[in-house]
Amino acid sequence: MANQIPHVDYLELGDKPHLVANECTSCGARFFDRRNACAKCFKNDFKKVAISTDGILKSFTIVAFAAPGVPVPFVAGIIDCGGTSVRGNVINTEPTPEKVTLGMKVRLTTYSLGTDDEGTEAIGFGFEPA
Amino acid sequence: MASDDIWILGIAMTKFGKHSDKDIVDLGSEAAIAALADAGVTMADIGILAAGNLMGAGAGFGQQLQKQIGQTGIPVYNVANACATGATALRTAIMAVKSGEARMGLAVGAEKLAGAGLLGGGGVSKKDGNKFEPRGRFGSVLPTDGRIGTDTMPGTFAQVGMEYGHKYGGVSFELFAKISEKNHAHSVLNPMAAYQKRFTLDEIMNDMMIAYPNTRPMCSANCDGAAAAVVTSGEVLRTLSKEQQRRAIKVSASVLTTDPYEEACQILPDVNTLTRNAAKIAYEQAGVSPSDLDLVELHDCFATAELVHYDNLMLCPEGGAVDFFMSGATWRDGSMPVNVSGGLESKGHPIAATGIANIWEVCHHLRNEAGDRQIKDAKVGLAHVIGLGSACGIHILERSGL
Repeated sequence: MANQIPHVDYLELGDKPHLVANECTSCGARFFDRRNACAKCFKNDFKKVAISTDGILKSFTIVAFAAPGVPVPFVAGIIDCGGTSVRGNVINTEPTPEKVTLGMKVRLTTYSLGTDDEGTEAIGFGFEPA
Repeated sequence: MASDDIWILGIAMTKFGKHSDKDIVDLGSEAAIAALADAGVTMADIGILAAGNLMGAGAGFGQQLQKQIGQTGIPVYNVANACATGATALRTAIMAVKSGEARMGLAVGAEKLAGAGLLGGGGVSKKDGNKFEPRGRFGSVLPTDGRIGTDTMPGTFAQVGMEYGHKYGGVSFELFAKISEKNHAHSVLNPMAAYQKRFTLDEIMNDMMIAYPNTRPMCSANCDGAAAAVVTSGEVLRTLSKEQQRRAIKVSASVLTTDPYEEACQILPDVNTLTRNAAKIAYEQAGVSPSDLDLVELHDCFATAELVHYDNLMLCPEGGAVDFFMSGATWRDGSMPVNVSGGLESKGHPIAATGIANIWEVCHHLRNEAGDRQIKDAKVGLAHVIGLGSACGIHILERSGL
């Protein structure tokens, strides 16, 4: 859809939404932010690589107390997506230690974050149990 | 004593807690004047001042301090390095003495943080009209905190502890709560602590959840406080009184590191590698091994953080932090007492003061002046801080033996 915008520029929308990293062409280190140079090898040539949408939850916390305006509770996690670590919330499941466990399999999913005055819809991502 | 050895000649801290009638300069002055008195010197002897205050960084805290305690025209280095600010100030003074530029240095860290609430998190909200526009390094159209993970300190360090559990197994909510139970139990003996209340395990686990598995008593206590230290060289110490020489504490290692690149380090801050690196360098510099340590003050900003640092500081075999803790080793009567001050969870964490106050605690034991909480016959101790972002300061301290 033309009037959609991703929450962050490393989320690629379309038929199969996925994350895209900047990969250093010299050493292979991957980053999600805008780069000035590679933090590992100091070179500055990068290419875009698609990140696997399937992953393993390697750490999480259930945030019960957050900054004003941030709805709680929510699950913040670190997901190992085929060897690349990704930061994201675990969604579409109850935010409890019974439902969310270390090592659980998750997959990327997207959801609407709302629409601005010009009718553009922001699309966010999270990870749901697979 | 070798001429180029570094010694802590005097050291002091204010009581940590709520000091509503004092400002940062009052607190810093109190600690500095007490440290100078403890050293038996005056501002006239000091050749360099390193001053840390994180929340007011940029305001020239060191110069403000000089206006109250002595304007002698010496160079001031105002330092800010997150929660490692105090250790960085001390290290700055040590480097100046070590280089021969100053005969004595004064390091001060002060912070007012009582009632500061949650640190980290939030982010910038949209200002001009309701239109999505990509901003910042991630081109985000809305704040990311809470939508793509968490920026809060309790949540960040919760994930640090849980990640250790994923890697090695054995962690649970109860395990982390037990670490907090230990530190609060230790605090009862420390009159300088902001909180001296012993909690039962049930009380800790049933308290307000902040970021699972960290409940409120498992988080460092925001409070006010200051600490200061006077350092000098072996060459200068030899010219001082026998009493000053007897009470001086040898700085056997002073190390500061940052986080080297590791996969995932820009996803979840890696507080492990830089601590392990600093510890390796420190043990080598000091010529001591972890088993030589009589006590350790480490950066338990959250109960989940203390666990991983047992491993990072090599107090236990790699991957063995859970068994090490469960053996009782880190209680004050165990084989490796950790945070006998009560740690940041109960002593409190006035950020810039912390990295000198933990050294004060170790020195107090090495001087056999720790009263009720004295670790008997302590000869060698280690103090560790982590500033998220990240910076790690480690100091290994030894009593003079005179």
